[in-house]
Amino acid sequence: MVKVTIDDIQIEVEEGTSILNAARLIGGEVVPPAMCYYSKLPGTGGKCRTCLVEVAAGSEKDPRPMPKLVASCSTPVQDGMIVKNKTSEKVHTNRGAVVEFLLINHPLDCPVCDQAGECHLQDLGFEHGAEGTRYEEERRTFDPIDIGNKIKLHMNRCILCYRCVHVADQLTEKRVHGVLNRGEHTEISTYIEAAVENDFSGNMIDVCPVGALTDKTFRFKSRVWFLKPMEASCECTKCSGKTVVWMFGNEIYRVTARKDKYGEVEDQDGKAGWICNDCRFEKKDPAQWNIIGPRTINRHSVISQGKYSTARANTQKKIENGDK
Amino acid sequence: MARKLLLEHDSVPGIETFEVYKKHGGYLSVEKALKKMSPQEVVEEVQKSGLRGRGGAGFPTGMKWSFLAKPEGVPRYLLCNADESEPGTFKDRYLMEKLPHLLIEGMIVSSYALGANLSYIYIRGEYMWILDILEKAIDEAYAKGYLGKNILGSGFDLDLRVAPGGGAYICGEETALIESLEGKRGNPRMKPPFPAVKGLWGCPTVVNNVETLMAVVPIINEGGDEYAKIGIGKSTGTKLISAGGNLARPGVYELEMGLSVEEFIYGDDWCRGIANGKKLKACVPGGSSVPILPAHLVTKTAAGETRLMTYESLADGGFASGSMLGSGGFIIFDEDQCIVRNTWNFARFYAHESCGQCSPCREGTGWMEKVLNRLEHGQGNLRDIELLEEINKKIEGNTICPLGDAAAWPVAAAIRHFREEFEWHVSHREESQTRNYGLLKESLVG
Amino acid sequence: MSSTHVDLSKRHAETPCFSPEKLAEAQKLMSLYPEGKHKSALIRILHMAEEEFGGWLSIETMDYVAGIVNIEPIEVYEVASFYTMFNLDPVGNYVFEVCRTGPCMLVGSDNLISYIENKLDIKVGETTKDGMFTLKTAECLGACGYAPMLQCGKKYHEHLTNEKVDELIAAYRSGELPK
Repeated sequence: MVKVTIDDIQIEVEEGTSILNAARLIGGEVVPPAMCYYSKLPGTGGKCRTCLVEVAAGSEKDPRPMPKLVASCSTPVQDGMIVKNKTSEKVHTNRGAVVEFLLINHPLDCPVCDQAGECHLQDLGFEHGAEGTRYEEERRTFDPIDIGNKIKLHMNRCILCYRCVHVADQLTEKRVHGVLNRGEHTEISTYIEAAVENDFSGNMIDVCPVGALTDKTFRFKSRVWFLKPMEASCECTKCSGKTVVWMFGNEIYRVTARKDKYGEVEDQDGKAGWICNDCRFEKKDPAQWNIIGPRTINRHSVISQGKYSTARANTQKKIENGDK
Repeated sequence: MARKLLLEHDSVPGIETFEVYKKHGGYLSVEKALKKMSPQEVVEEVQKSGLRGRGGAGFPTGMKWSFLAKPEGVPRYLLCNADESEPGTFKDRYLMEKLPHLLIEGMIVSSYALGANLSYIYIRGEYMWILDILEKAIDEAYAKGYLGKNILGSGFDLDLRVAPGGGAYICGEETALIESLEGKRGNPRMKPPFPAVKGLWGCPTVVNNVETLMAVVPIINEGGDEYAKIGIGKSTGTKLISAGGNLARPGVYELEMGLSVEEFIYGDDWCRGIANGKKLKACVPGGSSVPILPAHLVTKTAAGETRLMTYESLADGGFASGSMLGSGGFIIFDEDQCIVRNTWNFARFYAHESCGQCSPCREGTGWMEKVLNRLEHGQGNLRDIELLEEINKKIEGNTICPLGDAAAWPVAAAIRHFREEFEWHVSHREESQTRNYGLLKESLVG
Repeated sequence: MSSTHVDLSKRHAETPCFSPEKLAEAQKLMSLYPEGKHKSALIRILHMAEEEFGGWLSIETMDYVAGIVNIEPIEVYEVASFYTMFNLDPVGNYVFEVCRTGPCMLVGSDNLISYIENKLDIKVGETTKDGMFTLKTAECLGACGYAPMLQCGKKYHEHLTNEKVDELIAAYRSGELPK
C-alpha cells in the first residue's frame, strides 16, 4: 500500500493505482474529469488531457515536483506523492485550455443532440469553458454515417476518446470501425460502409462521452430529462439482462446499461454490466421487462443540476448591477 | 578544429562496401568489444565519453543505457532511430548512404553492451533507397561473420534488420517509432512505462539515433576518456551538422563541439557565409522545433559572449535569447526571407504531422496553422498575434509527447523576436503580399 | 472536408494478387519477426503492394494485404491512412512529391511547385490527363542542403531549377528514367 495526498486529503491505495483512481476512492470534488479513460476498458486513457493534475511532490523518496501537468488516469501514484487538482490554479487554467481545444471544432448542436443532458462535454464546457469562442476559422465537418442499422455516428461531435474502438476490440469478435487519418483530420469511421453486426456493439453508445454515437431507435424521440429511468431486468441468454429502461408514461423509449456516477457501466453479477443489442434495441415493450423501480441517476449533468437557472440568476444579477 | 571521427573516410570510393570499409579500420571496435571487453565495460566507456543523444534531446547515452531493465528470460531490443524528419536535418541520411557499415558496427557493439540479440534500424519510408544500401551492407556483414550466430567466436549472437516507416515525422518519437515498428499507427504511448522497461512488444528497449550509435565506434576504439577530451564541458565529441537554407555552401559537416557559430557560418572550411552575398537575418540552429534567433543573437549571446556550437552555448539565455543544438539542423535565413511566412510554413508542418491522438496537439496545431495562414496572407488582426501566444502556451507541456512543444516553440520564438514583422503584416496587409518586411534594423549583421 | 468514405468508383476491378515470388517475399518479411509478431511487417508489405498494384492502395489491395497478414481489414485501413506515403486514390505513372517545408521554401520550392503546375497543367494533388504524372507536395524529405528537390519513387532529384525540371519531365516521358 502507498500513501498519496490529493487536494490535502490523504489516502492509502494499492501500489500501481492511478492518480485518477486514487481520487475516485476519495470521491467528490477531488476527482478529475475523464473524457477518454474508462476503467472497464483496459488501454483507454491519456488522450483527452482533461484529467491533467499537478504533482507537487513526486514521492517520499524524490519529493521534487513534476515539471509538467500529468494525465492522472495513466500516471501511477508513488508513496508520498502530493497531487493538486481542485487546489491548483495551473490545473484550472490548463483544463480550461483543453476544454477550449475540445470545443473549437465541436458543432455545439446540443439543441438537436440526443446526448444533451447527459453529455460529459456539456458539463465540462459549463464548468471550464469560456462564454464565447475565439475560434474564427471554419469548423471541420463530416457527414453523419450509419454504423449498422442501429447506431448513428456524428463525427462532428466526436472528441476522439477511442473508447468505442476499445469496445469493438474487447467486447466484439470482429472490429469493423476504427481510427482513420491523422492529426486534425483524424476520424472514427468504417472507411467503407460496413455494418457493425454484433451482439455487443451497442455498448459503444454507452461509452461515448458525447453525442457522436447515438441509438437510432431513440433518435429525436425525447430529451433525456423528460424520461423516467427505471431499473429493469429480463431473462437474457446473452447478457445479465440488468438494464435501465427510460420511460415516458408506460412506454419504453430507450434501454441502456446501468451506469455509475462516472458514466461507466456498473458491475453486474461480478463483472462489467455490458448489455446485449437485443436488450438495448429490441425490447421496447414493458411486458418484456421486470421493472424493479426508479433508478437514481447521478445528477451530474448541467441540465439536471439546474445550473442553467443559477447561470440565469447570475446573469440577471450582473444586469442589475449594470455589468456587461 | 576539423577532427573527424565519423566522416574521416566518407569520400573514399567504395567505402559503402565491406572490403573497403574494413581496409580503412572498420569493425575494429567489434573485435575489441566482443573479444576483450565485457558488456558492462562497453557501457562504462560510453558513460565516460559523455556522449549525448544526437537525435535532438541530448540525453546522456550512457545513462539511457543504464536505465534498461534486465529481467531474466525477457529479450531486450536495440532500435536505431533512422526516422530523420526534423526539418533542416539530413545528416543521418548522409551517414547511412556513405557509411552503412559504420552504423552496423555501432549497432553490433551497442547491442552487445545492452544484451540485445535482435536489433532493428527503423528508417523513414522516404529513404527507401538507403534501406537498400543498408540491407546490402547487412548481407555482407552476415557473410563475413559480423552478424548472425556466435560473432567472431565470441558467443554473442545478433540479428540485424531494417524496417521502413510510411511517412510520419511523429515516428521519430521513440514510442511512436516502436508502435510503427510493430505495424501500427504511429501514436506515441503514454509514459510511464518507459521503453527501457516496456518497449518493443512489451520488452525492455533502447532507442538511439543513427549518429549516436555510430559515435560508439570511435568511443570504443579510442576510449571514452579520449572522446571526452574533444569538445567543451558537457558537449563532448564531434557533432554532425546539417546546414541548409540561404548558405553559400550548405551540406553536412562534422565539427568538434566548441567551434564558434560565426566560424561555422562564415569560415572557408565551413559554410562560407550567406548565399549570394546577402545578409544574415535569422538562424534556427537545431532543427525546426528549436527557437529561431535573430541575427544579433546568432554569433553572440545576449551577454555579448561568442556563441559556440555546443549544447550549452546555443541554449545560453534560455528561450528569452537562446535556442538549442537539437538535432543539428542548422537553417539560415537571409535578409529577404519573411519570418511570418516561415512560421506559418513550420506550423503547417506540425499540424500536418500531429498524430491527432491528444486534444491539445490535434486541435492546437491546426488552429495555429490557420491563424498564421491568415496573417501571412494579409487577413490577420493584431489580436491574432496574442491569440497565437495564448494557443502555444496552452499546447506546451499538455500533450502526450514532445510534438506539442516542438510545434509551440517556433511560433513563440518567432513572435518573441520578430513581433514587429507580424504587426507589419497586419498594418500593411496588401504590401505584405508583394514585398517582404526585410531585415530588422537592430539585428543587422554584416 | 467531409467523411473519408471512399469513392466507390475508384476501385480495382479485380482482386489484386501478388506473384508467387512477391508472395514468398512478403511471407519471408513476416517470418523475420519473432513468433506472433508477424503483423510488424505490415508497413513494408503495404509498400510492396503499392508498388505492385498501380502505385496506390485500393480497398481491394488493402483487403488482400489484410488476408496475407491475417488481420482485420480495418486495421490495414487505419495504418494506411495514417502514413502519408500511401496513396489511397489512384495516381499517375510517376508521382512527383515536391518538398515544401521551411529549408526548401527558403531556396525556392514555392516557385518550383508553381513551375511544375504550369508545365504539367495540373494543380497539386492532380494527375495529368495522359495519366503520366501526379503532382503532390511533401513535408521535409531530408534534403535541405540540396534544395529545392522532389522525390519520384525511390529517387531524389535535388538542386532543381526550372531547366532541370524540364529535362526531368522529358526523361520520364521518354522512359529514360525508370519508375
